Amino acid sequence: MSTGALACGPVRRLAPAGRRRVGPVMAGLCVVLALCAAISLSLGASGVGPWQMLSRDLGPADTAIVLNIRLPRLCLGAMVGASLAVSGALMQGLFRNPLADPGLVGVSSGAGLGAICAIVLGGALPVGLTAMAGPYLVALFAFFGGLISTLVLYHVATRGGQTSVATMLLAGIVMGALAGALSGIMVYLADDTQLRELTFWSLGSLGGATWVKVWASAPLLLGAIVLAPLCAHGLNAMALGEATARHMGVRVERVKTASIVLVAAGTGAAVAVSGGIGFVGIVVPHILRLLIGPDHRALLPAAALLGAALLIGADTAARLIVAPAELPIGILMALIGAPVFLWILLRRRDGLEI
Amino acid sequence: MIEAHDLSVDLGGRRILRGVDFSARSGTLNAIVGPNGSGKTTLLRRLTGDLAGAGLVRMGGRVVDGHDLRQLARRRGVLAQSVQVGFSFTLREIVQIGHAAGQMGHVPDIVDKAIAEVDLTHRADTPMQALSGGEQARAHLARVRAQIWQPVFEGTPSWLFVDEPVAALDIGHQLQVMAILRRFADRGGGVIAVMHDLNLTAMHADRVVLMEAGQIAAQGRPEDVLTDRRLSHAYGCAIRTNHAPASGVWLVPQAGATDQGMAGQAIAGHGGLRHG
Repeated sequence: MSTGALACGPVRRLAPAGRRRVGPVMAGLCVVLALCAAISLSLGASGVGPWQMLSRDLGPADTAIVLNIRLPRLCLGAMVGASLAVSGALMQGLFRNPLADPGLVGVSSGAGLGAICAIVLGGALPVGLTAMAGPYLVALFAFFGGLISTLVLYHVATRGGQTSVATMLLAGIVMGALAGALSGIMVYLADDTQLRELTFWSLGSLGGATWVKVWASAPLLLGAIVLAPLCAHGLNAMALGEATARHMGVRVERVKTASIVLVAAGTGAAVAVSGGIGFVGIVVPHILRLLIGPDHRALLPAAALLGAALLIGADTAARLIVAPAELPIGILMALIGAPVFLWILLRRRDGLEI
Repeated sequence: MIEAHDLSVDLGGRRILRGVDFSARSGTLNAIVGPNGSGKTTLLRRLTGDLAGAGLVRMGGRVVDGHDLRQLARRRGVLAQSVQVGFSFTLREIVQIGHAAGQMGHVPDIVDKAIAEVDLTHRADTPMQALSGGEQARAHLARVRAQIWQPVFEGTPSWLFVDEPVAALDIGHQLQVMAILRRFADRGGGVIAVMHDLNLTAMHADRVVLMEAGQIAAQGRPEDVLTDRRLSHAYGCAIRTNHAPASGVWLVPQAGATDQGMAGQAIAGHGGLRHG
């Protein structure tokens, strides 16, 4: 190995032979996630702290804070983080490119447009029905918005299995602009109550977490997280190109369709409940590829764990930094994610595929 | 047995393949040769089902188009001319992907054997992008071999379709790769290879298919197809075949009277390596 190591020093440094320690990394991620969850549950603007929780010295009001405010928020954060990270990893596998991210290429904007449509047009429904079906409707519309934009994007940017990165990113910008314009029309049509709702939603926060929101979004979010590994072998093979994947027995069209639907579900539902939280889908898979390699069989579950931990951690920080007020988590994620993204670009400039 | 009848392919409004009948028996190494643009790769890609077009391809009596892909992946491996790998998979991971899709997915040590077969054990944990072009080509051969390890699998011959497998290789590794394909055929499997190098073809192939302008100009044993007249006509230049002292047919391009001596030397060196 001596001469080989010398001949390709930089690459080996970034991707050492012993990096593929999947087991320990997975175990570590589980521990980190559990720690983040425990901290998130025991810290907050109200006085209920970790020692109180451990000593079981909680009054009814404190119990309500933990069970009805912090716990649903924790569940929602974990699901949203996991599904954003998994959607990112899926999309990068689909496009064979580590820069593909639902937030960057307009899928989130499409999902957002869907959510806005649901909020505004839902007003046409009878009041009782809106109250009952509202959260589900928003999640569902966001899913379809995400689905349509992913399909359009894929067909514009990919020809014969080859994705043009420039086309993909440009198409993403255009789709974002289009979705923005259509959203503007929707805002114009909205009445005062809906405007209030829209404003809160667009801030991008887990602040409004309720059990209703958790249940409304869980089917799509968990569906995306749990079903994604089914695409893993297919995406691994597709990293060698579509024709080669076919020769290895992969039904490429199926894997593509499944990935697109799962990305739309994961991103759509996440956007519906938490507004725009960017960069999770690009930062998490990137870090994990450095740790355990690009094998999607390990990458997708690991992305779910790290995505959940990252978002819970960021949300806890967002609640505490300016307590009792809250920093929108979208801002915090952009602060973390943007530099990491620039770092990825700098590394790619050296001609290294990630 | 691979049987194909009346294959035609149109690409970009041009007819690349014109009603080709093709057949190959298991246990043989079949080389498809011909000048650039004669339709070699198109024929191979039509045979593997990568390209759609008129005609039918049968493998072991069953039509290949519409065949269950997973079953097909255990009967047949395809090595394309160039494969670009997305993400930084290591050589071993790439071979594992082929292995998982193939005949012996339950026997893990096939991965290491396939890597050892192409002499890359010392590079197994290196990312593909860090390998040289020749190493990458051999790595992909190892991947296809890990997928199709048994020349005869469950009583049925396996097939390898390879497109210019030695194009990026130095002369030693060219011979190594040809020996791997030769051995696969000798043990009962079938190989169909698009070949650029006529010398290697003459040395290793059982059967040669000479393509010219989208049609088969000649096919048969190397000594019958690789003749001065046929080759000179197909390649549009003067070619003189010759016999080396050891064995086999040797081809010497006749670029001009002054170059003849040099060409002869190059061929002599080739023969020396093979037997040395």
